[in-house]
Amino acid sequence: MRIHNFKGGVHPPQAKNTMECSTVSVGVPEKIVIPMTQHIGAPCQVLVKKGDYVKVGQVIGNTEAYISAPVHSSVSGTVTAVDERIISGSKPVVCVEIKPDGLQELSEDIAVPIVDSKESFVKAIRDSGLTGLGGAGFPAHVKLNPPKDTKIDTLIINAAECEPYITSDYRECMENTGDIIEGINHVLKWTGIPRALIGIEDNKPGAIKKLGEAVKDYSHITVHSLKTRYPQGAEKTLIKTLTGREVPPGKLPHDVSCLVMNVASVAFIAEYLKTGMPLIKKRITVDGSAVKIPGNVYALIGTPVKDVFNFCGGFSAEPKKLIMGGPMMGVALYSADLPVMKYTNALLALDEKEGSIPGEYSCIRCGRCVKACPMNLLPFEIDRLVKARLHDDLDKLNIMDCMECGSCVYACPSKRLIVQSIRLGKDILRRAAKK
Amino acid sequence: MDNRLYMSSSPHIRSGVTTQRLMLDVMIALIPAAFAGIYFFGIRAFVLIAVTVISCVGFEYLARKALKRNNTVGDLSAAVTGLLLALNVPPELPLWMAVVGSFFAIVVVKQLFGGIGQNFVNPALAARAFLIISYGTRMTSWTPPLARAAEIDTATFATPLGALKEGGELPKLIDMFLGNIGGSLGETSALALIIGGIYLLARGVISWHIPVIYVGTVSLFAWIMGPTGMFTGDPLFHILAGGLMLGAIFMATDYTTSPMTTKGMVIYAVGCGILTMLFRLYTNMPEGVSYAILLMNVAVPMIDRYAKPARFGGKAHV
Repeated sequence: MRIHNFKGGVHPPQAKNTMECSTVSVGVPEKIVIPMTQHIGAPCQVLVKKGDYVKVGQVIGNTEAYISAPVHSSVSGTVTAVDERIISGSKPVVCVEIKPDGLQELSEDIAVPIVDSKESFVKAIRDSGLTGLGGAGFPAHVKLNPPKDTKIDTLIINAAECEPYITSDYRECMENTGDIIEGINHVLKWTGIPRALIGIEDNKPGAIKKLGEAVKDYSHITVHSLKTRYPQGAEKTLIKTLTGREVPPGKLPHDVSCLVMNVASVAFIAEYLKTGMPLIKKRITVDGSAVKIPGNVYALIGTPVKDVFNFCGGFSAEPKKLIMGGPMMGVALYSADLPVMKYTNALLALDEKEGSIPGEYSCIRCGRCVKACPMNLLPFEIDRLVKARLHDDLDKLNIMDCMECGSCVYACPSKRLIVQSIRLGKDILRRAAKK
Repeated sequence: MDNRLYMSSSPHIRSGVTTQRLMLDVMIALIPAAFAGIYFFGIRAFVLIAVTVISCVGFEYLARKALKRNNTVGDLSAAVTGLLLALNVPPELPLWMAVVGSFFAIVVVKQLFGGIGQNFVNPALAARAFLIISYGTRMTSWTPPLARAAEIDTATFATPLGALKEGGELPKLIDMFLGNIGGSLGETSALALIIGGIYLLARGVISWHIPVIYVGTVSLFAWIMGPTGMFTGDPLFHILAGGLMLGAIFMATDYTTSPMTTKGMVIYAVGCGILTMLFRLYTNMPEGVSYAILLMNVAVPMIDRYAKPARFGGKAHV
């Protein structure tokens, strides 16, 4: 099969220091905080109250809304608080705080789901609480149930893992190979998609080899080695690389007959259909210049990130920036008390040198941002218009096409905060559209 | 710990490329040409370079101070302008004229328009044009290179393009390649300029598009519009003569005054090439590289408007 290429992108240092670090469990922390919004879509309603005893796998938040996913307790213990907190962004979200009793008693809710049709499959996935594990956090059952008139011919499994530092998907490939293939076959079977393509960047030859051997008996599943170039693993660029198709502006992968799922998501589906254990833990890469012992861990969802860092030997230098996710698209955390979320795939602690924010200099019109942009935008021009408050010209620049991959900022010699301007510009246009 | 955490929008890492490093690379790339100038024209060339660099940096500092803006001497762009200005003027240019040129480049063309990144024409070339208008005779008085001073009648000495226009004897191509000819301080040695160009390409400071397409257009034009009929021209002469190499590698590739997209660069470079040859062959002026680039500089905003990259997903998919 021909591998196409996407335009642009950058080559940040890969820093895959933890590739050979097997996943170890952090264990049960002293406190768990589970937000009711851990996904794109409607927040869940809290189903428990202060003082309630909850068990592992018990549904503690759910909603009737379609684009959403239920939230489960990751521990057994007592609910100590239900209140609104700032997690990320500026809007407070409802959180359930639980004091674990350490017994990890299993909930009666846990049962192997009976799947005998596409409908029951989609329902089971919703019940599992699965949201995209690659970082975006889109409810998986919505993706698996595209509009009736769309025909999907390709399932793309995203194991590109193009962000620096992160190796959690690589560990998934190495430690959980069987479940990945099983999960892919479940998805293919119940959605009727004829083929699956697994995309992996060529800096992970171990995973390419291991998955390549595992798919030998399945002619409809193929493994593809992709050039290591950020943002190879972004949905639109990955579809372009593997199929040559470009998702039109404002459209979704199913508009070009593709379904993209993260490699850890399909492995989870296989496990869930065998055990009925919902999404309560995550494989996370812990790394960064301020982390003493970088590695890969399993952490229960809701574990305060400081407990995860402490499990990894604490800090080797004073951490100046904490990031949930990768250094290119991750979110800076304002506190080490914030919890591990469903979409957390990495936790980074950066020291002063790595974490400090460089000052902005004047744009010299070198064109590096234009060359780096995989969406073919003019980042420097958006930055200029937003900063100059020339908002009327903004919507001519296709600003909504931006996926905020950060390649422009990475490439900029003047260290301009272009993505920040773009986010602001998107907000300005959204507000203008509402009026 | 918490109240001392940095918060910012992603991405959280940056490449090592800085404006200062890019400017330093341009200066490093100009070292061979500067040395060739000093070698062929003597210590006076060195003095001229020192005067333009120091005065450009000084004017940058003073202008920023007068305009109550932050000091930008550290980005090295003023030093680059100074170096380029020296390389673009005759080696014997009176030093006070060089200072006037520096003032025009830095204060008038660059800082009054907002400083680095805001000037709409190349400061060094605009200063050169200003000097030609103001001090035409001194700006077109060429000195022969030291090695050939004895054999050459200085009273009628001309650059290769001057000789072409006035029907004088044309120099040997090898002398033109090495730089053993008359001309501006840093434009005579094609060899030195190409070495610098290769360095810039290797460091990723410039892409090949502008220099190669510019020189290519000039060669094609020169070959087609030959002196004794179509397709009889000597492209090599036109490539090595005058300021083409300096212009194509160092002046036309100036970030601020060249297009942002590859498509735009192609249009811009072809335009530079055609204009250069129109000036050389069909006007009173022997040389037209600086005017060609200045004119195309002015066209850049228009080129950028039309040469936008195609929108991702804009065309129908397979």
